Amino acid sequence: MSNFLLAQTLNGLSFAALLFLLSSGLSLIYGVMKIVNIAHGSFFMVGAYVALTIIQKTNNFFLAAFAGGLVVGVLGLVIERGFLRRFPLQPLPQTMMITLGFALLIRDFSLLIWGGDPYILQTPDYLKGSVKIIDVVFPIYRIFIFVVAILVAIALWLFNEKTLIGAKLRAAVDDHEMAGGVGLNVPLISGCMFGLGAFLAGFGGVMGGPVFGVFPGLDFELLSLGFVVVLVGGRGSLLGSAVGSILVGLVDNFGKALIPELSYFTLFAPMALVVALKPTGLFGKE
Amino acid sequence: MRNLLNSRTKVIGFIVAGLVLLVLPPLYTSYWVTLLTQMLIFAILAMSLDVLLGYSGLSSFGHAGFFGVAGYTVAILSTRYNLGFYYCLISGVSLTVLISMIFGFLVAHSTGVYFLIITLALGMCLWGLGFRWVSMTGGDNGISGIIRPDIGLPIALKDPLVFYYFIFGFFLIALILLAVLIRSPFGHTLKGIRESESRMRVLGYHTWLHKYLAYVVSSAFAGLAGVLWAYFNGFISPFDMDLNASIEIVLMVILGGPGTLIGPALGSGIIVFLKNFISAYTQRWLIILGAIYILTILYAPQGLINLLKDWIKGRANKANACREARLDEEARP
Repeated sequence: MSNFLLAQTLNGLSFAALLFLLSSGLSLIYGVMKIVNIAHGSFFMVGAYVALTIIQKTNNFFLAAFAGGLVVGVLGLVIERGFLRRFPLQPLPQTMMITLGFALLIRDFSLLIWGGDPYILQTPDYLKGSVKIIDVVFPIYRIFIFVVAILVAIALWLFNEKTLIGAKLRAAVDDHEMAGGVGLNVPLISGCMFGLGAFLAGFGGVMGGPVFGVFPGLDFELLSLGFVVVLVGGRGSLLGSAVGSILVGLVDNFGKALIPELSYFTLFAPMALVVALKPTGLFGKE
Repeated sequence: MRNLLNSRTKVIGFIVAGLVLLVLPPLYTSYWVTLLTQMLIFAILAMSLDVLLGYSGLSSFGHAGFFGVAGYTVAILSTRYNLGFYYCLISGVSLTVLISMIFGFLVAHSTGVYFLIITLALGMCLWGLGFRWVSMTGGDNGISGIIRPDIGLPIALKDPLVFYYFIFGFFLIALILLAVLIRSPFGHTLKGIRESESRMRVLGYHTWLHKYLAYVVSSAFAGLAGVLWAYFNGFISPFDMDLNASIEIVLMVILGGPGTLIGPALGSGIIVFLKNFISAYTQRWLIILGAIYILTILYAPQGLINLLKDWIKGRANKANACREARLDEEARP
């Protein structure tokens, strides 16, 4: 029993690491631009697909991870500059529907380019294999993901709290009108945030590639989990994303292991309750 | 002059709609009859959402959940328990109403983005059940084998044309009921809440109750559409109630024209038509749907009906201006 607990907890935590990579961008984008970005799962999927192609060509996982993130980041920037910037920084169904439009476009274009077969990304040799933690055999790669997510979290935290751009960003999250009023270029900041969020999602997709693989449908499967994290944790809050990811990662794993039939319900019902009782999420601000 | 023109356009619109929907269907091929049936079912669904989205200003992003619940109720009761049409209709709609009455307590206090997010979360709950509760719903295989109902009259609903008129009857009933609702004091209060909830509250209206009831009524009609869809399609799956499906209904309303009943009906007709028509020619339907989303929001955010109204108004103004200019000229010596 204790083995089961440990194994599921470790699985849950490594899943939480991937969810954090996905949801931190989703949360940032909502925080600054007030956009519920439905294309975020698609960014994750495209990142993994791009990495797939690069690994097949060069067999270099780290190049693939970086390129996957970069391609998606640029894609996000184009979508923001070209379309989303026309709308005021308010939560609007309109911007949500535009992002859904792009999610559908991305779904179909990736089907055109990469076909409908599922693929698993190859990890470099030194990340293959597994270690024994107490009595549980655990893949090294999953530990690697966890470390990467912690590094990304620290980098984001430092960026957010210790740099001037981070301070501007926080100002824009708190009150974009005042921030604009004191001379910050809010459209530029939000554009860059959208690009950064997309980059993180694409990078997360590459990291998740060896675990989930990549297939059509991955986009919306992860999007719904990303929503849960952001809604529970609180929109625009980095801490919220981290705590939310861990909660969702654990609940999802234990739910799937214990009551598979109701596993989405055990995830979505608490979320609906949190959102209904505290609409800003656990760590979000009004 | 403008009123006259508007009412004339309306009369022409009604005559055309009556011809196309009521008189001419026996002349269509069965492909078109089936397509028209599907359009009418989604028209009921889109009109039901418009009670919230267009008239009350509440964006519900979980509406397909109710559609799906009713559809699954029909599927389960009719395939496993062999229950007849009236049982299925009543239980489908009442289960939807019951769920929306519970959900209503969670959503009715909120507005704006919070309403959007809570309804989205609740819609995902329903979808999660449909997707993973395999023993009840069949998971992503869905439930198939729902046969056309026997309604106890000497007509066979297996015939596409008869089934079409059967659905048309429900469409008409839904249209009339919703039109009465919208024109009632209740409907006017909803519009007031859309414009300014705080002002309505200060005026002494119980805005929570109005929003709650609007949510329940809207869900009930979505349930009706779900029941009809299950019988029409013979098959129900989680894809009928996922986030995409929910947002597609929002698209139908926005594309047609929120805040009117004809608009959403038109919007759903266009989307259903394109979906069937384009899918027959190309595999790339999703690209086109994606483009429709983007183009609608960029170029017709108030809907086609309102574009049409503006166009007619613009023409009337132009005609007026011409007439006045001519009168001016004639008045001049």
